Amino acid sequence: MIWQLDIIILSFVVICGIAAITVRDLLGAAILFGAYSFMMCLLWAEMGAVDVAFTEASVGAGVSTVLFVAAVFRTSRRSKD
Amino acid sequence: MKKLGLIIVLICGSLMLYGTIDFPDWADPSSPASTHLSPYFIETAMHDTAVPNIVTAVLADYRGYDTMFETTVIFAAGLACFFLLRRFQRRAPDVNLFRHMPTGITLRIKKGGKVPVDSSEFERIDSIWVPYDLIIKTTCRLLIPFILLFALYVIAHGHHSPGGGFQGGVILGAGIILYAISHNLRAAKARIKERFDAYMCSAGVFIYVGTGVLCLLMGANFLDYSALAPLLGTDPIMARSHGILIVEIGVGIAVMAVMICLYYNLSSAGRQDEGL
Repeated sequence: MIWQLDIIILSFVVICGIAAITVRDLLGAAILFGAYSFMMCLLWAEMGAVDVAFTEASVGAGVSTVLFVAAVFRTSRRSKD
Repeated sequence: MKKLGLIIVLICGSLMLYGTIDFPDWADPSSPASTHLSPYFIETAMHDTAVPNIVTAVLADYRGYDTMFETTVIFAAGLACFFLLRRFQRRAPDVNLFRHMPTGITLRIKKGGKVPVDSSEFERIDSIWVPYDLIIKTTCRLLIPFILLFALYVIAHGHHSPGGGFQGGVILGAGIILYAISHNLRAAKARIKERFDAYMCSAGVFIYVGTGVLCLLMGANFLDYSALAPLLGTDPIMARSHGILIVEIGVGIAVMAVMICLYYNLSSAGRQDEGL
């Protein structure tokens, strides 16, 4: 574990998380969730939990983003609040 | 309402942070997990199961019961999505759009009009605007076999490297979803039909539970794969390794089918006629 790398990735995680709930465009929020998952994946890999990182990369950053996009495709793109 | 939500979130968050104060430090050698559990698995996993990747051994063998219900949860999620979204009323679309492939002209055929037969010349397209993109289609066609092959590798090689049923199954599903995105939903449904997909969902869980029941029938505990040694023709330790592989294949099939089911239903709002 390298603490400098940890801080950088953790700050990206927080930025992506906050951006995902503040952005009005739902498609953008879905993509930001994908970026968030990817950062979490990097964090797991960096902590040595490679299996969890692999799961996070395939499920979180891969398929769940696609499912979010598919769901946004069937609703409106703009968030109301 | 927003302020109330913020207050609730802050209270829950601070409670969770308060709860983590008692946790041992990261990689603390004197924590209970590092003094009792981890050394046991590190020392005995290789002798017991002949699986070098301890995570896989713990996931599918020592905690096989846990993973069985994880698979069941995923199966239940797919089932819930199906029951919530799937709509069976056939709604004949007002206009059908067809693309004449050699010229790129789009035909708009109203209800009752003569519809061209499905051939290489005419391709039915969705009612929302769908551009014809040769590059994306060709690239995905070239890429998908390798993605699927990699997924099979991830499932089969989970004993030695990171990976296993869940990851491999998700990648398998993602390969099919990529096909559905790059072509269209009907093309993907022609390859993997909904009924087949539903059978695969249950088949995956059935393989897992069936392996456990087979162990019971052989006179051992539920999911004690060493009892399968006479059937597999190996010694009990290798039988545990093979048992893990069988179970991982079951997980992979179930996860793949559920991912495809979720995508089919989400992208077409349950009608499964046209989608992303």
